[in-house]
Amino acid sequence: MDDMDISPENPAPPLAPEPAENTGNAKGTTRIGDRIFLGLSRGSGVLLLAIMAAIAVFLTVRAASAISKDHGNFLTTFEWNANADQPVFGIAVLAFGTVVSSLIAMLIAVPVAIGIALFITHYAPRRLAAPLSYVIDLLAAVPSIVYGLWGALFLVPHLTGLYTWLDSYFGWTGVLAYHGGAARSLFTIGILLAIMILPIVTSVSREVFRQVPRMHEEAALALGATRWEVIRMSVLPFGRSGVISASMLGLGRALGETMAVATVLSPSFLISRSLLDPGGGTFAQNIASSFKESGDLGKDALIASGLVLFVLTLLVNGAARLIIARRKEYTA
Amino acid sequence: MAKRIDVSGLSAYYGSHKAIDDISMTVEPRSVTAFIGPSGCGKSTFLRTLNRMHEVTPGGRVEGKVLLDEENLYGTGVDPVSVRRVVGMVFQRPNPFPTMSIYDNVAAGIRLNGGRVRKSELDGIVEKSLKGANLWNEVKDRLDKPGAGLSGGQQQRLCIARAIAVEPQVLLMDEPCSALDPISTLAIEDLIGELKERFTIVIVTHNMQQAARVSDRTAFFNLAGVGQPGKLIEIDDTERIFSNPSVQATEDYISGRFG
Amino acid sequence: MSDLTLDETVLADSAPLPPAGLRHPRLPRWAPAALAVGAIVVAAAIGLAAGLGNKVQWGLIAGVLFMAALYGVTAFVEGRRQAKDRLATSLVWACFLLAVVPLVSLIWETVDRGTKVLDGRFLSHSMAGVLTIGPGGGVYHAIIGTLEQVGLATAIAAPIGLLTAVYLVEYGRGRLAKAVTFFVDVMTGIPSIVAGLFILSFWIIMLDFGYSGFAGSMALAILMMPVVVRSTEEMLKLVPNELREASLALGVPKWRTILKVVLPTAIGGIATGVMLAVARIAGETAPIVLLVFGSQVINTDPFNGAQSSLPYYIYEQWAAGNAASYDRAWAAALVLIAFVMILNLVARGIARWKAPKSGR
Repeated sequence: MDDMDISPENPAPPLAPEPAENTGNAKGTTRIGDRIFLGLSRGSGVLLLAIMAAIAVFLTVRAASAISKDHGNFLTTFEWNANADQPVFGIAVLAFGTVVSSLIAMLIAVPVAIGIALFITHYAPRRLAAPLSYVIDLLAAVPSIVYGLWGALFLVPHLTGLYTWLDSYFGWTGVLAYHGGAARSLFTIGILLAIMILPIVTSVSREVFRQVPRMHEEAALALGATRWEVIRMSVLPFGRSGVISASMLGLGRALGETMAVATVLSPSFLISRSLLDPGGGTFAQNIASSFKESGDLGKDALIASGLVLFVLTLLVNGAARLIIARRKEYTA
Repeated sequence: MAKRIDVSGLSAYYGSHKAIDDISMTVEPRSVTAFIGPSGCGKSTFLRTLNRMHEVTPGGRVEGKVLLDEENLYGTGVDPVSVRRVVGMVFQRPNPFPTMSIYDNVAAGIRLNGGRVRKSELDGIVEKSLKGANLWNEVKDRLDKPGAGLSGGQQQRLCIARAIAVEPQVLLMDEPCSALDPISTLAIEDLIGELKERFTIVIVTHNMQQAARVSDRTAFFNLAGVGQPGKLIEIDDTERIFSNPSVQATEDYISGRFG
Repeated sequence: MSDLTLDETVLADSAPLPPAGLRHPRLPRWAPAALAVGAIVVAAAIGLAAGLGNKVQWGLIAGVLFMAALYGVTAFVEGRRQAKDRLATSLVWACFLLAVVPLVSLIWETVDRGTKVLDGRFLSHSMAGVLTIGPGGGVYHAIIGTLEQVGLATAIAAPIGLLTAVYLVEYGRGRLAKAVTFFVDVMTGIPSIVAGLFILSFWIIMLDFGYSGFAGSMALAILMMPVVVRSTEEMLKLVPNELREASLALGVPKWRTILKVVLPTAIGGIATGVMLAVARIAGETAPIVLLVFGSQVINTDPFNGAQSSLPYYIYEQWAAGNAASYDRAWAAALVLIAFVMILNLVARGIARWKAPKSGR
C-alpha cells in the first residue's frame, strides 16, 4: 500500500486529499450525509429555476395556440370576444389601461413616498419615527382585496366631488372631462394603486436614505447648509438610484395588481378620451373579471394576455434589480 | 478675518449623559490651538460645540457660553446655520460630496451662501481655495472629475479647500490626519502652518508629536473615569505643556505614564 | 504679512458672500402656528363665501394658503434660503398627512363596517342555504379554505425556499448559484394572477385535474418561495462565519454544521420570514379565483372540489352587490386583516425576541 501511495504513476491529486478528510470511522456516513444534503439544497435551487422556465413555457404554449386562432390582430384589436364563433381579441385596451393607471399611480405615489421617507429619516421627532415606519411596514401587508373593497365602497363615492371640480376647471382638456356616474375610472384606479404601492416605495426609500453616511450630511451642515440644503446636497444625490429602483418595484406591483382593479374599475373595451370617465381595463383585471365566462379558447386568450403582463413585469423588475446591483458596486 | 473665541462654563450632554463639564478657555486668533487627551475625554465633543454641530446629534444639548469676538454663539436669535458658515470644520475622515466634481465640491459653500455669483468670480475663488489648500497643482487639469476619485490625503485637502472657500473666521479640525498616511499627514501639517496666518485654527489630535509640531497652544483634556464627563485640565503654550506642565496628570499623559 | 492683508481686502471686496453675521432676523417661534390659524380662518371664510360644502376643499385651501404665506413671510424676514427650508419642511409634513388620511380611513372603515355582522355565528357558519341578497350566513367555510390552502402552500414552499437559501449561502458558488439568485429576484415580481395562470395551464388544462384548494396552494407556493428564500438568505448571512469554522474545526461534517449550528442560530429570523410570507399569501385572491373556483358550502378536502377562502369570499360578497352582502364582505375583510396583522405582529415579535440573543 505504501508503495502505491509513493509511486509516481499514481494520479496523486484526486487521491491525496481524500485520506486527509477521512477522519476516524465516520468516513462513510460523512460523505453520504454531505452529498444528500448538498443534493437536496441544490435540487431546490434547480427546482426554482425549473418552475420559472415552466411558467414561461406553459404560458407561451397556451398563448401561441390562442393567438393562432385569433381572427383579429392580438396587439391592436379593441375587442375581447374569444368565445364567439369567429374569435376576435386584442390587448390594445388592456395595455393602455395597465400602463396609464400604473403611471398615474407612480406620479402620485413616488413624490409622496419620498416625502414620507424623508419625514421618517430627517424630520419626524424620534419618538414618532420608529412607530411610524413600523406602521408603514404593517400597511404593506394589508391584502389587496381589502384595498379593493375600500376603493369600491368608500373611495369611489368620495371622488365624484373631486372629479366634478376637475371637470369644471380642466374639462376642456378632454382628458379630465367627467360626465357623471360612479367614479370607477382609470384615474380612480391610479389613485388606489398609488395608495397601495405607497408602503413599499416608502420603506425601500427610507432604507436608502438611512444609509446615507452621516459624514456626508455633516459635510453639508458644516458649510452652513439648512436642513433642506443638506437633503438636496447629500441625501438625495446619494439616494437617487435607490429611489429609482424603489419606484420600479412599486411600478411592478401596480402593473400586476388584480383584485383592487377588478373590484373598482367598471371595465369596457373602449379607450375613453377622459381618464375620469368609467371604462378601459387592465391585463390582470380582465383575466380575473372574464375568467368565469370563458370557454377553452377564452382561457387561452386570457393566458396570452397574462404572458404579455408577465413579460412587462419581468422587464420592469429586471431594470429595478439592475439599478440596485449597479448601486451596490458604486457604494462598495 | 480671524476671531478670538472665549468659552465660559460650557457643558455638553448626550441625552442625560454629561459628556464635558464646565469648560472655560480662550482661543487666540491667528494661532493653532491643539486639543489632546485620552479617548472619550470629550475633546471632539467640545470642538463640535464651537460651531454648534454638537446639537445635530440626536439628544445633543449644550449649556454655557461661546463668545466669538464678544458675540455669543448660543445667544437667543443666533442662527446655527450662520454660525457654521463663520466657523468652518474639517472632519476626521475626508468627506467630499461623492456625487460632485472637485470644482463643485469647493464651490458648494459659496453656492449655498452666495446667491448670484459670476462664473469668473467663482473660478477665481475655487482656484484661490485650492491653492490655499496646496492642492491646485495636483488637480487643476481635472476639476470636473469626481472628488471621490482623489487619494485620501488629497480628499482631505479638498475638504480643507471647501471649508476655506467661504472665508470662515475659525477653522475647526477634528483629527484631520488620523485616516491618512505619514506623507499626506505631513502635507496637511504644513498646510496648517500656512493657514494659521489667516484663520484661527483649533485642531483635535490623538498624536502628541503632531500637537507639538503644529500648535502654538495646547489644551489637555481628561476624564475621571468611565461614564464621567470630560474636563479641561490645563491650557498653555505648547512648549510649556510639553516641557514643564503645571499639572501632574498632563505630564503623566505626555510622558506616556498614562493609560 | 502686509501681502496677506492686501489679499484679504481684495477678497473681501470681491467676495460674493453676504456679510457674515451670526444674527439674522428670525421669525418668532409662534409664527408658523399663527400663520396656520390665519390660513384656516381665511380658508373657512372663502369656503363659506363661495358656498363650498366639502370640508376637504376647505382643508386644501387652508394648506395652500399656509404654505404660500409661510414662504412669503419667511422670504421677507429671514431670506430665500430659510423660506425654501420651511417650505420643504411643510411639504414633507404634508406628504405624511396626505398618506395617513387614506390609510387611517381604510382601517377605520373596515373596523367600523366590519363589526356590524361579525359575531360568533358569523365565524361558525357557512353560506350554505343562505341567499346572497339576504342577511345571515358566515365565513366558516372560507376560513377553513384559507387555512388549508395557506397551510399546504407553506408545506410546499417553506422547505424548498429554506433549502434553496441554504444552497445559496452555504454552497452557492458559480453560475448555478448566480442564476438562482437572479431568478429568485425575478420570481419576487411575478404578479399573483400570472402564477395562477401557470397552474391553470399546467394543472387544470394540461393534466386535466379539477378546481381544488390544492391547485390554489401550488400557485400560492410559487408566490411564497422567493420571499422565503430572500428572508432566509438574509438571516443565514447574519450567522457569523466563526461559528461555522469553530464547528468544522471540531471535525463536524458540513451538513451537520448547517443543521446543528447554522440553522438553530438563525431560526428566529427564519421563522419571522416564513410567517411574513404566510401573511402575504393569505390575502391573495387572484389565483383563488382561477384555481379554487369558490364555494358556498364547507369543503374540508383541499384535494377535491371547489373551496372558498377569505379573500375570495370578500370578492364574491362584494360582487353580489347588496347591503347584506356588503356587510359580510366588510366583516370578512376585518377577519382577514386581523389574521394577517396577528401573523405580522407575532412574526415581528419573534424577531425582536430572538434578535438581542444573537446580537450580544
